[in-house]
Amino acid sequence: MSFSVTEPSPRQKWIAGILVVFYALVTIMPLVWIIATGFKSPNDAIAYPPKVVFEPTLEGYVNLFTTRTRMSPDALEKLGPPQTWYDRIVRQYDMVISGPSRYGERFLNSVIIGFGSTFLSVFLGTLAAYAFSRFKVPLKDDLMFFILSTRMMPPIAVAIPIFLMFRQLGLSDTHLGMILLYTAVNLSLSVWLLKGFIDEIPVEYEEAALIDGYTRFQAFYKVVLPQAATGIASTAIFCLIFAWNEYAFAVLLTSGTAQTAPPFIPTIIGVGKDWPAVAAGATLFLVPVMVFTILLRKHLLRGITFGAVRK
Amino acid sequence: MTDETTSRSAAAAPAAFARKFRGLSDRAVAWGFIAPTIFLLLAINIFPLIWTIRLSLTNYRANRTNADVDWVGLRNYERILTDPDIWNSMQATAHFLIWTLVLQVVIGFGLAYLINKKFRGNDLWTTIIVLPMMLSPAVVGNFWTFLYQPQIGLFNYVVAFLSGVDPSSFSMIGDVNMAPWAIVIVDTWMWTPFVMLICLAGLRSIPDSIYEAAECDRATKWRQFWTITVPMALPFLMLAVLFRGIENFKMFDLVVQLTGGGPGSVTELTSINLKREAFEKWRTGYASAYAVILFVTVFGLASIYVKALNKVKER
Amino acid sequence: MKSIGLVSVAAASLAVALPGAVKAEDLTLCWASWDPANALVELSKDFEAQSGNTMHFEFVPWPNFADRMLNELNSGGKLCDLMIGDSQWIGGSAENGHYVKLNDFFDANGIKMDDFIDATVVGYSEWPKNTPNYWALPAFGDVVGWTYRKDWFERPELQAEFKEKYGRDLDVPKTFAELKDIAEFFQNREIDGNTVYGASIYTERGSEGITMGAMDVLYSFGFKYENPDKPYDMEGFVNGPGAVAGLEYYKALYECCTPPGSSNGYMSEGIDAFKSGQVALQMNFAFTWPGFESDANVGRGKTGYFVNPAGPGGEQFAQLGGQGISVVSYSEKKDEALEYIKWFAQPEVQAKWWQMGGFSCLKAVTLAPEFPSSQPYAQTFLDSMAVVKDFWAEPSYATLLQDTQKRFHDYVVAGNGTAQEALDGLVRDWTETFQDDGKL
Repeated sequence: MSFSVTEPSPRQKWIAGILVVFYALVTIMPLVWIIATGFKSPNDAIAYPPKVVFEPTLEGYVNLFTTRTRMSPDALEKLGPPQTWYDRIVRQYDMVISGPSRYGERFLNSVIIGFGSTFLSVFLGTLAAYAFSRFKVPLKDDLMFFILSTRMMPPIAVAIPIFLMFRQLGLSDTHLGMILLYTAVNLSLSVWLLKGFIDEIPVEYEEAALIDGYTRFQAFYKVVLPQAATGIASTAIFCLIFAWNEYAFAVLLTSGTAQTAPPFIPTIIGVGKDWPAVAAGATLFLVPVMVFTILLRKHLLRGITFGAVRK
Repeated sequence: MTDETTSRSAAAAPAAFARKFRGLSDRAVAWGFIAPTIFLLLAINIFPLIWTIRLSLTNYRANRTNADVDWVGLRNYERILTDPDIWNSMQATAHFLIWTLVLQVVIGFGLAYLINKKFRGNDLWTTIIVLPMMLSPAVVGNFWTFLYQPQIGLFNYVVAFLSGVDPSSFSMIGDVNMAPWAIVIVDTWMWTPFVMLICLAGLRSIPDSIYEAAECDRATKWRQFWTITVPMALPFLMLAVLFRGIENFKMFDLVVQLTGGGPGSVTELTSINLKREAFEKWRTGYASAYAVILFVTVFGLASIYVKALNKVKER
Repeated sequence: MKSIGLVSVAAASLAVALPGAVKAEDLTLCWASWDPANALVELSKDFEAQSGNTMHFEFVPWPNFADRMLNELNSGGKLCDLMIGDSQWIGGSAENGHYVKLNDFFDANGIKMDDFIDATVVGYSEWPKNTPNYWALPAFGDVVGWTYRKDWFERPELQAEFKEKYGRDLDVPKTFAELKDIAEFFQNREIDGNTVYGASIYTERGSEGITMGAMDVLYSFGFKYENPDKPYDMEGFVNGPGAVAGLEYYKALYECCTPPGSSNGYMSEGIDAFKSGQVALQMNFAFTWPGFESDANVGRGKTGYFVNPAGPGGEQFAQLGGQGISVVSYSEKKDEALEYIKWFAQPEVQAKWWQMGGFSCLKAVTLAPEFPSSQPYAQTFLDSMAVVKDFWAEPSYATLLQDTQKRFHDYVVAGNGTAQEALDGLVRDWTETFQDDGKL
């Protein structure tokens, strides 16, 4: 039987396991609570003491996707009985659905701007990282630090001149403006990370390809890219998470047309403290990123540690 | 098709020409690849920075496009450095920064150490721990106001459950003394997994052979921890501190949704203060000076830190 | 082919010749997201039918409304064609060219400002104040008032206990001192098995909450914004002894008689607190009142309304709310937007507006004999509108407001310094702002 001095003893593993599971459960509780609140009725959500057992309802989700008007009892009588299940829910409060809410639009904007800027920053980042990695670029180290330092500015500070600039160029509240902005902000991270990944790929493969007569560009495209795929995937995750969850720029530079979900979700609460609707909005917004993360979690670990491992 | 033609012609051409052809290609490729990135960064990061510096020397107000703009030199800087409110924000930010870093490092490293023991199912639990990081900080700040409500919130209820204190007797975000801790707790909840992941990478990068050699030398586990584990994980830890430090210095969305800077101004971090000056009072020139000061501060601190980090890496 | 050509030419010339034949447009109206806005959506269906234009709406909840909309205006945004902006934005919007000046339009279409309640014309339309320059049509009248649990006040055992303790009847307070007594009386009392509290007041830090609340009290204690004879002369008026007493009163009320955790509350928190039966008294804008009438918990007679009480010196004022509707100058559909305003100003539409829960500012509606009895809160609304006072509407109002928010919240909620220090500091802040503006 091989004995490893470095392998932790079963007892150690057990204790470690207990502690970690305990932390995980404590840390997941707020999240579970919010998801659960999405399925409570507004009164249940603000019940005291907080209700752990409750009757689930889709009221929060209905409120999230609709706008409603209050009507006087006589007007309601004239309308007749509610037709659909969501009408019935809303009618309980003397209200009728008067149209869709803006949540769907905002979610879509997040998708467009999030994925658009992720694609661009990974695309440009890969190109730039390849160049930094393989070629003698003058002032390479300084340029790399400069690129990293662009991330040190507080977003609010950057937003001041960007606000003025967008106003001049007519980019305020446009998808294009936000995509460009997020791309630029993400570029620093993506160039840095991707350079690390590409550095790892041995130069020999490309040199072999070049000797075979491929152009530099073809060598890049056919040899390096496939090998950098995992690195690109992890970088993409980070860029997406940033662009998806970003708030400061979105709240200052967008309004009705290009507003993404994060500035919008806190406003769902409306006048009547509709916590289930807010919780529903937050839950739905979390789903894409959560799915993405769980599927690609191995790449995530690699990506984070890459910033650490490389010099 | 073209590949073969190119390769045949490349092989057929005289060596010198082939080298030159590939050399040009290289340079062209290099600049072609870098140029869009540099251009975008110049346009969105550098040019605005220069514009900000220029604005900081004026009394421009972005909501008065018709008004005259006067050059005021360094007066904005003077006013900022002598304004007690600004120092209050710096203090609030420092408190936030220090305590979140301390807590996240201790808990994050601890978790990484435990997870590194490779107990069964640690993959699943790691994924669960990582989830809070995936949320939008603004949305997190918003729903934690719900969790922190004295009467209906989960947080007070759990604390009451565990300690017997009456839940409505304390208010995390309404009390001047509790609010700074309220924001520290939420940020730690969100970002400890990040520190944990980096430390985990660090711990995993330590080769087993070093531990085995230490065992042969009959070093105790305690000693091994302090002479092997900590020093080798230190660069990673410091990197995590750098990232979290920079992010928390810039912190805006989480806190603005959670407390709005209140009660009073106890949690008004520098970014929140800046936002008020720039986008609520519209004192653009003044706010630009503030932005420049903040940037210089964080840049200076980060540069010093990175130098120290590089020294540690080289060891 | 030729006949089709003739027909189309004929159709085209008919279209041009028909009076007022404007192309059907999509108009966007921006307002706060609250019940009156939903009512306006319903009301506007009438306009859509009449004019053929389609109305779109962009509603933002109050805590984010000013931020988002001022940002929009300052960035020259074309999102909004019509804006129902807060009364205090008038100065900035007029001077910075955000709103279209409406004098000529009003004259051309027979809309007379005399037809509207005077306080609303001054408050929502005029800039500079008290000059006949109109930048908005008064759209929604609003004022801070109070609601109370009439059903609790009518309980004999509470009435007896109150009379014994304070020597007078448990009734609507006429002064702030009386109000505090009532709030103390109800604080931490058990009613129907629940602990209730005295009062819900405004304490919000982020946008304008605590300023609106505190000013509501300060006005009646003798606070003035400036020397009536000398503009922008604030020393002694902003921080005089009456003002100090008023601010101290607000803090005392906050500390003694409000529910726990109400350190950042504005209109919706107040509505919540009152509807859930948590408080006996509630300070809130009048727009909230229709919602109470139809509420299951506190509606149908359980809620009473009263005007802001008088201060120790007998002065009685109330903080003005409400908005006017303006045309945004960056809009590309100004003509159609003006059509909307013309439609909205008609007496029949205004009467319908009141019926649907919109507080009309048209004298013909509010001074009609059947108005006071149309709703339980109508009389209180009229009485309150008679004693209104508003915050600064200067172009730099946002700075003035933020300064006030900070000073008041720091003192009342966070407990820093004294009321005198807070108000002295406020005079300094405001002076600096006016100096920056060139007004001082």
